[in-house]
Amino acid sequence: MAKREERWALLFVAAPIVGFLLFMAWPIVFAFLTSLTTWNGSKGFAGMMKRFCGFDNYIKLFQDGKFWQTLCTTVIYLIGIPIGMVLGLLFAMGMNRKIPGVRVLRTMYYVPVISSLVAVSILWAWVYNYDYGLLNVIIKALTGRHGPNWLGDEALIKVSMIIFMVWKGLGTSIILYLAGLQNIPRNYYEAAMVDGANRWQQFRAITVPLLSPVTFYILITSMIGGFQVFVEVQVMTSNGGIGYSAATIVYYLYQKAFESFQLGYASAIAVILAVIIFIITLINFKVQSKWVKTMD
Amino acid sequence: MAGKDRDVLSSEVVSKKDRTINVVVFILLALGAVIMVFPLIYMVMTSFMTKNQILSGQLRVIPNPWVFGKYAEVLSKGNFVSGVLNTIKVEVPVLLIGGFTSSLAAFAFGKLNFRGKNAIFMALLATIMIPFAVIMIPQYVMFTKMRWTDTLLPLIIPACFGNVSMIFFLRQNLGSVPNDLMDAAKLDGCSYFRTFIQIFFPLMKGAVGTQLTLWFMGIWNDYLAPVIFLRSEASWTLQVVIRSFNAYYAIQSDYALIMAASVIAMLPTVILFFCFQRVIIESVAISGIK
Repeated sequence: MAKREERWALLFVAAPIVGFLLFMAWPIVFAFLTSLTTWNGSKGFAGMMKRFCGFDNYIKLFQDGKFWQTLCTTVIYLIGIPIGMVLGLLFAMGMNRKIPGVRVLRTMYYVPVISSLVAVSILWAWVYNYDYGLLNVIIKALTGRHGPNWLGDEALIKVSMIIFMVWKGLGTSIILYLAGLQNIPRNYYEAAMVDGANRWQQFRAITVPLLSPVTFYILITSMIGGFQVFVEVQVMTSNGGIGYSAATIVYYLYQKAFESFQLGYASAIAVILAVIIFIITLINFKVQSKWVKTMD
Repeated sequence: MAGKDRDVLSSEVVSKKDRTINVVVFILLALGAVIMVFPLIYMVMTSFMTKNQILSGQLRVIPNPWVFGKYAEVLSKGNFVSGVLNTIKVEVPVLLIGGFTSSLAAFAFGKLNFRGKNAIFMALLATIMIPFAVIMIPQYVMFTKMRWTDTLLPLIIPACFGNVSMIFFLRQNLGSVPNDLMDAAKLDGCSYFRTFIQIFFPLMKGAVGTQLTLWFMGIWNDYLAPVIFLRSEASWTLQVVIRSFNAYYAIQSDYALIMAASVIAMLPTVILFFCFQRVIIESVAISGIK
């Protein structure tokens, strides 16, 4: 009887397992193998093995200025994560009060999240347009002076991208924090009030620790996502922006792989990316027990 | 008596203070919400403006005059229509087949017993963290070798094997279904597949609907996989098409056309979101708590 159940169960879960092996596990192995070659995609698997070069790609990568530049830009973009989290928490705390129209507000904040990333990237490239864009038109109407060239300056373009990413993702942190806040029992605050704790103390001693699982979740998912920024760069800039200043590591990887067909070199970037994300995830889970509190 | 009076008084003072805070908070939240949606409203407005108005450099949000022709122009472009059709051709089989395999797997993980169940489940769950950028080159090589890159198959076939986050949510959802149902079905000699189809699938319907809605949006908005795997223009999906519109028509400063195309590209997900926002938001919120 139990044997029969087991057989059926394995059959039912077979599809996702096979899918995982074919389209995830094998590609990861393959990516590593490719990274040890100078393959350009020609002459199949045999052609790849003939171009075996050991760890040359990795050595070249560590001397590649563009690799470090794009890695650096990717990390700079991560600044948007804490900004979005603080704003998200503030807005969620506001919405957690007895206020009319909270659901409508929540929906308005969430619309950018469900909108097509390509469409809103197109929109924001237009908003940032130097001569006619919404932002500079507003700045001119308010101050009488011409606004800055948002996407035409190596430093400012990063700020522009971060603003855009915070705008796009804010709704998610609001919703997650709001759900977390609603999960905190009211009587915790009442008990703290009886003990004479003021608002700030309550926030520090109750809200922040009890929200730490949500904070952890947002942090880890946004960091994994943050290392994979690509669409924004490709749509909003031409060729990674002036001096490659807006290009991220995935954008560089994409160009190496699908524009100059250096599949071996691009795979080495992919492997490094995987290692970075793996390490970040590992660190997050390791330190999780130190600061993430649970309800029980 | 006196103490009681004071209590009533102080609670009134607090609620009055609270009310002023609430008004201030509401104003701030509303202001923030306006800032959030204003770019989107401006996008819609721009799609109705004349080129002169768009390039006037003046802050005018309302089109003057209103021009409605850009939407017809977008829809008359052959590659735009084929982009929409291609996206739908991906959506339908993926949601039908992938939705089925995911529900079936979720049923097995949630209600059946087998060795290594938790280990397999955790392993699958961990794959959510694997970045697509890491596996896209090998997948591209694989799909090229299979001669799939001129078709939509690279977007359809892998997805038909199931969606891990959907499996996760449905399994979560099955937790609230009593195990007695499973035992009763076993006693009746009902086969496992029939138990799934006739008893558990109807119970999961609501959750399946929510997950399919989210999945629909994900496929609709997907860009990176299509732009890599779809080598011929004829097989481009909608997002790839509007990006090429942007590159092409921006040179001609035809921003009204670009915005009109982008608005249409956003419309289905926005409408779906407005229709199902309660369940969608709940589903997102749960992911952070659990």
